[in-house]
Amino acid sequence: MVLLTLLAAITIGIIRMRNLFAVVVLGGIYSFLMASVMIVLDAVDVAMTEASVGAGISTVLMLGALYLTKTQETEPAHRLLLPFFVAVATGAVLVFGTFALPPFGAAETPMNLHVAPYYLENSIRDTLVPNVVTSVLSSYRGFDTLGETTVIFTAGIAVLLLLKGKRGVKPGPKRRRVRR
Amino acid sequence: MDLLQEIVAHYNHWIIIFLMVSGLYIVVARGNMIKKLVGLGLFQTSVYLLYLSPGKILGGTPPIISEHFTVYSNPLPHVLILTAIVVGVATLALGLALVVRINEAFGTIEEDEIFAGEEDE
Repeated sequence: MVLLTLLAAITIGIIRMRNLFAVVVLGGIYSFLMASVMIVLDAVDVAMTEASVGAGISTVLMLGALYLTKTQETEPAHRLLLPFFVAVATGAVLVFGTFALPPFGAAETPMNLHVAPYYLENSIRDTLVPNVVTSVLSSYRGFDTLGETTVIFTAGIAVLLLLKGKRGVKPGPKRRRVRR
Repeated sequence: MDLLQEIVAHYNHWIIIFLMVSGLYIVVARGNMIKKLVGLGLFQTSVYLLYLSPGKILGGTPPIISEHFTVYSNPLPHVLILTAIVVGVATLALGLALVVRINEAFGTIEEDEIFAGEEDE
């Protein structure tokens, strides 16, 4: 609960900051806090990924983009009342929806009784992997993971195409493959 | 007492909603494109929590099979969110590449200034 409150505090900081460098660093702190929350929620694999990808790679990418652009945000010219109202209204509707959800930590929810017990019981027999997250990711749902890598490959190609011949005024055929 | 129980049972949902709504607010209200991407990231991570927190079972352990434990948390959301994180960083990289190109073409990453520049032409 304390960690979740800290997350909310950092979010307010991110909203109020105008210096983008500070925003990116706060984003890194946010990701590490999120990873701690995930450990509390028993999602150790996800926590490791979030700490390395969310706090590591994302922050580095953001800093790289800041280096290539600008680090100060200008004051908004238009009124901010309407977006604020829309956000608060959405939040109110969502909070109303939470009262029908099962309480935190309950075991007898439909989500926890559907297919998850099958994986937990049969993982060792089917795949010999004790870590159920690994066995589901790479064995039971291996094709999903293949699709995921396709998405990343496509995104990588798109980034290469976008940044191709960026810096060089005379894009020679050999220099065009430089990514950053 | 009842109220306190209700708060403890739903506190995670409320924080998730707060994160989600503030992400939405940043994306809608702020004109700076990098700030918008940070807001999109906030929204995304709130969805991670939305998936992970109902999978937690009180008294359960991480879903690594061992003879010492009998209660495990739900592994399925973990798998989905692992995929989501990795795809999220791919889309973030793509968005940042677009921002860099926009900065090159227009000389600014503020939405208002880009619109103003287009009207002048």
